[in-house]
Amino acid sequence: MKLTLKIWRQANAKAEGKIVEYPLDGIEEDMSFLEMLDVLNEGLINKGDLPVSFDHDCREGICGSCSLYINGEAHGPDRRVPTCQLHMRMFKDGDTIFIEPFRAKAFPVIKDLVVDRSAFDRIQHAGGFVSVNTSGKPTDANAILIPKHDADRAFDAATCIGCGACVASCKNSSAMLFVSAKVSQYALLPQGKVEAADRVKNMVAQMDAEGFGNCTNTGACEVECPKGISLENIARMNREYLSASLKG
Amino acid sequence: MAKSSLLKSSIAKKVAMALSGLFLILFLAQHFFINSTSVFSPDTFNSISHFMGNNPLVQFVIQPILIIGVIFHFIMGIVLDLQNKSARPIKYVKNNGAASSSWASRNMIISGGVVFAFMLLHFYDFWIPEMVYKYVEVNPLDEIRYFGELQHKFVDPTRTAIYCVSFVLLALHLWHGFNSSFQSVGFNNKYSRSLHKLGYAFAIVVPVGFIFIALFHHFNH
Repeated sequence: MKLTLKIWRQANAKAEGKIVEYPLDGIEEDMSFLEMLDVLNEGLINKGDLPVSFDHDCREGICGSCSLYINGEAHGPDRRVPTCQLHMRMFKDGDTIFIEPFRAKAFPVIKDLVVDRSAFDRIQHAGGFVSVNTSGKPTDANAILIPKHDADRAFDAATCIGCGACVASCKNSSAMLFVSAKVSQYALLPQGKVEAADRVKNMVAQMDAEGFGNCTNTGACEVECPKGISLENIARMNREYLSASLKG
Repeated sequence: MAKSSLLKSSIAKKVAMALSGLFLILFLAQHFFINSTSVFSPDTFNSISHFMGNNPLVQFVIQPILIIGVIFHFIMGIVLDLQNKSARPIKYVKNNGAASSSWASRNMIISGGVVFAFMLLHFYDFWIPEMVYKYVEVNPLDEIRYFGELQHKFVDPTRTAIYCVSFVLLALHLWHGFNSSFQSVGFNNKYSRSLHKLGYAFAIVVPVGFIFIALFHHFNH
C-alpha cells in the first residue's frame, strides 16, 4: 500500500505544532496501525530525522496507552478497538490519513501525538477505589453473594481501559463516560456501596476541576469507545450523584 | 482534592437543562393541542384561548414560570456551549463528527438559537399584542376574537415560511432534546427504547403538526 500521512508534529508542550506530510510506501494490509507508524519512524531515523512520538505499550488492547485521532475519529474508523488493534486493511491504497493527538484542554500535548492524560489518574485518586482494611484474616470474596446481573454490569463498566477516546471524540471534551464507568463498577457491587456517595461526589468534583466539558448526550463517546462502555453508566452516575448530593 | 459542590457541578447544570427542557416540552404539547383545535373547530379554539388568556392561574403563575423557563434554558444553553468550546482550545484539523453522532445532537445551540429567535417573533406576533389588548388598552372581553387573530397572522407568506422553517429546526432540537433530557435525569433502563421511539415521534408529529396548522390557515384565510 502507498499512503500519504498527515501527522501532527509538535516539538514540546510549549511549541507550536503543525501538520507535516509524509509519503509512505510498502505497507502491508495485515500490519497494525502502530506497526505502520513503526515503519515510518524507522525510515525517519535512517534519514536522521526525529521519529514521530506516540503512546503505546501492550499493543493488545488492554493498557489504554495508544491514543491517536485518525481521520477524524478516536482510534480510527474501526469499531470496538483501540489504535493498536486497528489494522491497515481498514484503509485503501492511495489513502491520505490524518493522524492527530487526542484534543482537550485537560489532555495537553506533550510531544507530537503524545498527550498528558494524568487528569484521569487524579480523578481515580479522588475516589475510584474501595478501601479495604488489611488484616491477617481476609474475607473470601465468594462469601458475599452478588446477583449475576449486577456482577455482569460491574464487569462491563470495569472493562474501561481509560484511554480517553470518550473525551477525544466528544464535541465538548467531556469525561463523563470514563468517570461514570469507574463510578459504576464500584457502585454496582456491595463492596463499593459503602463509599459510593463520597466516591461519586469527589470524582465528579475532580472531573470538573480538571477542565473537561459538559456532557450533552451526543453518544459519540459510546460509539468510539474501544470497550463499548454504555451510556447507561452516565445515567447511573447522574442518579448516584444527585442522590448523594441531596442526602448531604 | 477538588471540593464537591452540587450547584456548580456539571451534572447539576445538565439536570437543570433537562428539567427546563422537559417543562418546555410539556408546554409545547399543550400549545400544540390548543392550536390543533383551530383546524377542526374555531369555536373550541376561541373557548380554550379565552380560558388560557383570562384564567388568573395561567396568566399570573404559569405564564411567568414559562417565560423564566425559556430564558433559563436559553441562557444556560449558551453558558454551557461556551464552557464546552473552551474545553477544547485547539480544534482537530480533521474531525468526522458524523461518524459517531447525529447532526441534531451536535448542533443544539444552532437549532436552539433559531427556535429562540422564532419565539421572539412569536411573542412579537401574539403575546405582546395580547398583553397590550388586555392590560394597556384594557379592551372589553371578546371571546371570539382569537381565531380571527390567528388566521390574520398567517396571511403573509413570508411570515408563514419563517414559521415553517423554525418548526423544522424545532424538530431537530426535539429529536435530540427529548431523549437527552431523560438520559440526563438518570432515566436509562429497559423502558428507554420505547421512550426513544416516543421521543422521535413527538419530534416529528408536533413540529409537522404546527407546520400543517400554519399552512392550513395561510391557504384558508
